[in-house]
Amino acid sequence: MEKLQQLQGVAAPLPRANIDTDIITPMARLNTASKHNMHEYTFEPLRFLADGSENPDFVLNKPGYRGASILIAGRNFGCGSSRETAVWGIRGLGIRCVIAESFGDIFFNNCFQNSVLPIRLPAETVAELMVEAGADQGNMQFQVDVASRTLTTPSGRVITFDLTPDRQAALLEGLDEIAQTLKDDADTTAFQDRDRTARPWIHELGRIE
Amino acid sequence: MSEAKTLFEKLWSTHVVRSLGEDLDLLHVDRLLLHDLSGARAMKELQERGLTVRNPELCLATPDHSISTMPGRTLASSEHGEAFGGGLRDMANATGIPHYGLEHPNQGIVHVVGPETGYTLPGCLLVCGDSHTSTHGAMGAMAFGIGSSELVHVMATQTIRQRRPKAMRITIDGELGPGIEPKDVILHIIGQLGVAAGTGHAVEYAGSTIANMSMEGRLTICNLSIEFGARMGMVAADDTTFEYLRDKPLAPKGEAWEQALAYWRTMNSDEGAVFDREVSIDATEIIPQITWGTSPGQTMAVDENIPGPESFAEAEQQQGTVNALEYMDLKAGAPIAGTKIDRIFIGSCTNSRLSDLRRAAAVAKGRHVAKGVIALVVPGSVPVKVAAEAEGLHEIFLDAGFEWREPGCAQCVASNGEVVPPGERCISTANRNFVGRQGPGARTHLAGPAMAAAAAVMGEITDVRDLAPIEEEAE
Repeated sequence: MEKLQQLQGVAAPLPRANIDTDIITPMARLNTASKHNMHEYTFEPLRFLADGSENPDFVLNKPGYRGASILIAGRNFGCGSSRETAVWGIRGLGIRCVIAESFGDIFFNNCFQNSVLPIRLPAETVAELMVEAGADQGNMQFQVDVASRTLTTPSGRVITFDLTPDRQAALLEGLDEIAQTLKDDADTTAFQDRDRTARPWIHELGRIE
Repeated sequence: MSEAKTLFEKLWSTHVVRSLGEDLDLLHVDRLLLHDLSGARAMKELQERGLTVRNPELCLATPDHSISTMPGRTLASSEHGEAFGGGLRDMANATGIPHYGLEHPNQGIVHVVGPETGYTLPGCLLVCGDSHTSTHGAMGAMAFGIGSSELVHVMATQTIRQRRPKAMRITIDGELGPGIEPKDVILHIIGQLGVAAGTGHAVEYAGSTIANMSMEGRLTICNLSIEFGARMGMVAADDTTFEYLRDKPLAPKGEAWEQALAYWRTMNSDEGAVFDREVSIDATEIIPQITWGTSPGQTMAVDENIPGPESFAEAEQQQGTVNALEYMDLKAGAPIAGTKIDRIFIGSCTNSRLSDLRRAAAVAKGRHVAKGVIALVVPGSVPVKVAAEAEGLHEIFLDAGFEWREPGCAQCVASNGEVVPPGERCISTANRNFVGRQGPGARTHLAGPAMAAAAAVMGEITDVRDLAPIEEEAE
């Protein structure tokens, strides 16, 4: 996985609650788009009008916010389907950090698999950040520092966020979970050996041909 | 007190391979279900990374999302059936994973196939690259949806790194009124609690209403857990579970059954076990539900008037209501009953089991789909379809003007191209009414199978209780 240590960029406010992963990457695009071009359809129902043209009211279409690397979203962001394409799409747009009061659990986990940092902050703080990000019309820079777990706003306000030590290390060092787990595969073998006695029916699964 | 454990704690602790830190564990995955959409892609990524499937004998693959549901279908009948369904088949064959293809007598929606074959067992940990994996918790299992990266991890290691969620119990007591379905119960709960109430929690459903509910009803309840944010929903296994499971082809047999049964009877929440959050629901208050908005929490009793922004206290909810009413083309203050519809869809991992089809057929019997309405009935699996046909349910539906299809996810998610056209209104027994879920611009109302059938025959949203009394049937 790619490392994420520090981030400096524009923050785009998207004050809409319950943006689900069907909105982030509509099903019709999952069939054809790949990891590399999923971003072309990200937020499609909000970002584009029915005729396919850009919706000028959508924040990421506004001049100052086009290259935003931080998204400040309404609560329960990324709820719904488990599709990891939602994170691919966001990341493909250049967004490496999403701030919200709450997230869908699966989306939240998927972010960490793709070097995208989701930050949970209290509702009032998120509202204040939206105001600050909206007031500057995308001309000011926010900073995120993973090592110190801090977000610094253009006005100089420093906000500390929660990040568990394992996830912090994974982002800082770009760790690969599968390689880590496989190093200790003997533990899994030992578990299965014990479990075959305790719960043989789990392991002696029949087949229907 | 500290010795008393919740079902969730028991499920968690019995799967810990190794602790990775505070509240972070490496858990053994007993069962991995793969479907065409997420499964084929993840298997490809596994191969590209030079990894192998560690325990193919514990996995199970079946196509459901991308395949056509038209009678006489093949993988080629849908635009992406060959790519995804064929991809899944080829990868499964190459890795030794059992695969129930279109010609197999057990093909179906993953969350229907798991329980009805006995692949899903009480006390097991089951994952799938699909958020509705919470369904399997109804069997007393710990089951949750994962993303495609985690899917690759599970295939390669037969384990998953997980942070322990909090435990929540929803106790539902009382007798359901006539015509009230399990779908109404869970939509009512989501409406009461809000769409993020379960986030970060593993939810156990308990109480007399659940104790008296059939296995299939419990599967519907657990299926919608993710719609209020809970990745896991569960019901402790009891005699209802064991009777359901006893003769299933993949369930343990003979001595192994007895041994398993003794173990399963210990897998429930101890008296006095402490939950991080407890909620009580009075089942006697539940009215048939229909969603009015673009989030499953935007649900209402069918005999009420459509809410407006002023019905909600918070600005975010008010704006959400304005957006939803505009998308759904509904007027605040008007009764929802009587709203004209274009289509109905009965099916999905929520409501495509035999008892669901029976309730819908009881409404359809002797009536006819209203002029101009397109009505689909899509059984959840081949065994469901076979059982329904043995009872003649298909004839009831066909005589009434419904289409009778082959098993698959179909119009729940429209990934097989079976979309609802822009601007059309569809009553769906599935799980999501999101913007564009059934196709760009499609307007979806979620409801139970009997409500959907009632809407089909009346051509408008209808309180099924006004139509005819529904007879409770044994399952």
